[in-house]
Amino acid sequence: MPPETENCSIIKPMQQNVISRFGSTGLVVVTDLGRMGLYLLQMLQGCFRTPFRFSEFMRQLNFIGVGSLVVIFFTAASTGMVLGLQGYYSLHKFGAEGMLGSAVSLTLIMELGPVLTALMVTGRAGSAMCAELGIMRISEQIDALDCMAVDPFRYLISPKLLAALISVPLLTVLFDVVGIAGGYVAGVYLMGVNPGSYLDGMQSSVTNHDIMLGTVKSFVFAVLIVWICSGRGYFVHQIRGAGFGARSVSKVTTQAVVLSSISVLIFDYLLTAILI
Amino acid sequence: MNGTGIEFRGVGKAFLRDDGSRQVILDRVDFSIPAGKTTVIAGGSGQGKSVTLKLILGLMAADSGRILVGGSDTTGVRGRKLKELRTRFGVLFQGAALFDSMTVFENVALPLRERTTKTETEIKDQVLSSLEQLELLGHENKFPAQLSGGMKKRAGLARALQLKPEIMLFDEPTTGLDPVMTQEIYQLFARTQEQIGYTSIIVSHDIPKVFNLADQVIVLHNGEVDVFPSPEAIQWSEKPHIRKFVKTTMGEIYQSHLVEQ
Repeated sequence: MPPETENCSIIKPMQQNVISRFGSTGLVVVTDLGRMGLYLLQMLQGCFRTPFRFSEFMRQLNFIGVGSLVVIFFTAASTGMVLGLQGYYSLHKFGAEGMLGSAVSLTLIMELGPVLTALMVTGRAGSAMCAELGIMRISEQIDALDCMAVDPFRYLISPKLLAALISVPLLTVLFDVVGIAGGYVAGVYLMGVNPGSYLDGMQSSVTNHDIMLGTVKSFVFAVLIVWICSGRGYFVHQIRGAGFGARSVSKVTTQAVVLSSISVLIFDYLLTAILI
Repeated sequence: MNGTGIEFRGVGKAFLRDDGSRQVILDRVDFSIPAGKTTVIAGGSGQGKSVTLKLILGLMAADSGRILVGGSDTTGVRGRKLKELRTRFGVLFQGAALFDSMTVFENVALPLRERTTKTETEIKDQVLSSLEQLELLGHENKFPAQLSGGMKKRAGLARALQLKPEIMLFDEPTTGLDPVMTQEIYQLFARTQEQIGYTSIIVSHDIPKVFNLADQVIVLHNGEVDVFPSPEAIQWSEKPHIRKFVKTTMGEIYQSHLVEQ
């Protein structure tokens, strides 16, 4: 056999293999995206279907909202104080300590408040949502709902979405307030910044548009968290490579938290770029 | 009889394996499930027994052919019509599929709360009466994790029967139960079927015991379907795979209790 032909016979199957794998992965990704797209639509439709499960909605409101208060409070206080200290050192170099209130409040309201709140809610409530639905799926509880002609979206998922749409923006507001107070403590009490300039800087620089940007972000992040976390759990049996049983639920829960966190960061950039 | 018959006409279903090849589960099969009778679906693992149940329920779509429930075509049915179709079915899942965060009472009451306009008093009366019939009274405030395997199956059956289904599907109903409990569950099926008159479809590995209930037996093998009008008729089959199935599951000769009597 001539050497060129021999080379071809070695490379061709390898190339075919690469193309085949690429195509197969592409199909899986497209199928998954399509499935998740339809899931988002059904989840939104479920919010308008009757009868509304008020008790489940209140339970989720308590779990996502009230249950996250402590973690949000401490994260916000720590972030605000670090911003106050770091901001003071940076601004001090230019003799602009008076801008501290403005820097801390704008950073918190437009960026860190919505993003860190979403990441905390993802870790605390998103993972639980994914695991709960994953276990319900593998133990055929969701199939049982389908067979009883009870819509799983109205019954299980939409109350979570509505509760997140109320909780996440409110938790973001709490994060902003506690963070700004933390910045005040660090800047004014520890570093000696003038309290009047801190508060005046904040008041004069924060506009309605900045608050609107933070609020829009928190609503979008709430949808993202519930969509991705509950969706991964709902489709635990159809995710390629997730395996079976308890291991599939643990694997998919980790995947949901990672995907949700990355999506929050990507959408944060996109929303800032579009709305600022 | 109040039950509803089911017909499979040229129904095909195949799955894609990870290596890209096709695994044929049903190869354009035709068979009927008579109304008000009990049909047992048997076959080895992976032969498509559970897939057949999912096709009937509309949880999975067939690749080809039509499935008729009570004479009406259910192929491609979606939305409200699918919901209406499912209200005609009751399902007892392999693991009972009880909602583990709800008590037995809440589980059994769920279809009544969600699918009817009954008042809480009416629901309470109906649920407690069902639980009494199925010997679960006194356990209504327990959670599924606090129940034995047999009690879970009975609670699952109570939930499935609340809306008086025309067709009951049982997916491996006696898996994990001891012989005494298995016998009790079968008696319960016969009793409730007599009361409600539903068409019963049982997918089971528990051969030959489950044949005591069967009016008709369907055996799935490599995408093909063999229908036998009685459990005894299986033994007359000349087909090698059926002979092998009979030999491994029942021994050479089997007679149901009906024949013994």
